[in-house]
Amino acid sequence: MHPAISVIFFTVTSGAGFGFLALIGLGVPLPEGGVGAFVAALIAGGLAVAGLISSTFHLGHPERAWRAFSQWQSSWLSREGVCAVITLTLFGFYALSWVFFDNRIGWLGLLISIGSAATVFTTAMIYAQLKTVPNWNTMLTPLCYLLFALASGVLLAASFGYWQESGGLATKLIAVFVVAVAWGAKLLWWQAAGGNTLASRGSSPETATGLGFIGKVRLLEKPHSGENYLTKEMVHQVGRKHANKLRLIALVLGAAIPLGLGLLVLAAGLPLHLLALAFVSLIAGLFVERWLFFAEAKHAVSLYY
Amino acid sequence: MTSLPTEITGKKLGLVIDLDTCVGCHACVVNCKEWNTGGYGAPLSDLDAYGADPVGSWLNRIHTFEVTPEDAPAQIVHFPKSCLHCDDAPCVTVCPTGASYKRGEDGIVLVDEEMCIGCGLCAWACPYGAREMDPVENVMKKCTLCVDRIYNDNLPEEDRVPACVRTCPAEARHFGDLGDPNSDVSKLVEERGGMDLMPEQGTRPVNKYLPPRPKTAPAVEPKTTKAKKLDAKGFLGWLDKTLEKL
Repeated sequence: MHPAISVIFFTVTSGAGFGFLALIGLGVPLPEGGVGAFVAALIAGGLAVAGLISSTFHLGHPERAWRAFSQWQSSWLSREGVCAVITLTLFGFYALSWVFFDNRIGWLGLLISIGSAATVFTTAMIYAQLKTVPNWNTMLTPLCYLLFALASGVLLAASFGYWQESGGLATKLIAVFVVAVAWGAKLLWWQAAGGNTLASRGSSPETATGLGFIGKVRLLEKPHSGENYLTKEMVHQVGRKHANKLRLIALVLGAAIPLGLGLLVLAAGLPLHLLALAFVSLIAGLFVERWLFFAEAKHAVSLYY
Repeated sequence: MTSLPTEITGKKLGLVIDLDTCVGCHACVVNCKEWNTGGYGAPLSDLDAYGADPVGSWLNRIHTFEVTPEDAPAQIVHFPKSCLHCDDAPCVTVCPTGASYKRGEDGIVLVDEEMCIGCGLCAWACPYGAREMDPVENVMKKCTLCVDRIYNDNLPEEDRVPACVRTCPAEARHFGDLGDPNSDVSKLVEERGGMDLMPEQGTRPVNKYLPPRPKTAPAVEPKTTKAKKLDAKGFLGWLDKTLEKL
């Protein structure tokens, strides 16, 4: 599949934003009000909104994006839009109360947490629902999206430094633990992706053409000599070539550096603000991971080309 | 509505494509583009049409496959491919806006281009590559089964079929109601063992493909004429033997 930069940016940043929103909603220790609260709310909301805006860049008609809220009964993409807008609207009220009245409304926070999880889940289901892309068509896809969102959110929340006072080492270790678990899930996903192939679903050029009863099928001549929308969008090959190297880069940036930095900060008792660096590195790693998510995925239509 | 229709008449308009008679002339492709660029919805655009790297949106494309049996020489099959107007059309249910829909009255899958946001998800959901984004209008284009021809009273009756069917010189394309077991197309499918493409995808396509008829198996030992053994005498015989020895 063609790895569109706008969609990679969207899934990674809005994932981080909604991950942070979910933790804010759960009441993790953060500035109590005023400027500190404003900065935290701005980062969480900003990441989520920036991602959503970027996702409209790949639309042919962004001015009609509002129409996407209508089909929530049948479409995961529509559900995602609805969940995102409801969650962000609720957060608007929550943030007002938090910034100006130093009051984090518990029940509203809980709704925001649920809404954030639902948003990330529906984003992942846009991909996980597609039978045409066996790599994605597994419940491990939403698991990875949810855990990566949580891991990004935890590192962000912890880097505000308010975990210093509350709780012992165990609480602080959560940040490192969540990052490790998320990558554990991704390793499982990569493992499964090797088996989730078109062939494993019983699809081949023979079933695509129905000519398997005669013999082995091979494309002799393409419909047109040039490229077309389908070959550009769904029969994309670039990036697969360096898949192993890119996986390693994703693991170093996304797992090794954040985990190493996290443990160092905790072991040496350094300020938790340094975890912001771990967050930046994780996001960089996730950009590579998300690029591969698209570039490595093979679509059923490739059987015709 | 992006849900599949619940009120259906049982009518399933579609195509039956005969892979035995298709000669791969691309006339259906050209006539499809010609009709549909001026008919339903936005024109089917081309970019760099006369340049080095032309691209454009087409609703029908012909692939050519080589099929190699284990015990016989390879054969060529021309393979026209367009929307199959599936009963369980995944392109319809993924649409976030309701632009992509399947009609209850005749089963045709259409795109309301005024509502399409051009997200491309329906093209991802289709295993057959039946949908293409128009590079100029940025809306999703697909086969309409020439909905603006088949019900058009202003056209002579013989023209009230999809453009691809009307133009096919080999009569490899047939149009009709596949929901009616007594229709000509249904009988054809019955007689010739019409098949679904990628049935494992669970899309339940309406369009059917008629498989190529079995080829006459070539003789196992090809008949060849053996060269006559030269048995000349005299000077020619001497020359033959001498040249042989060289």
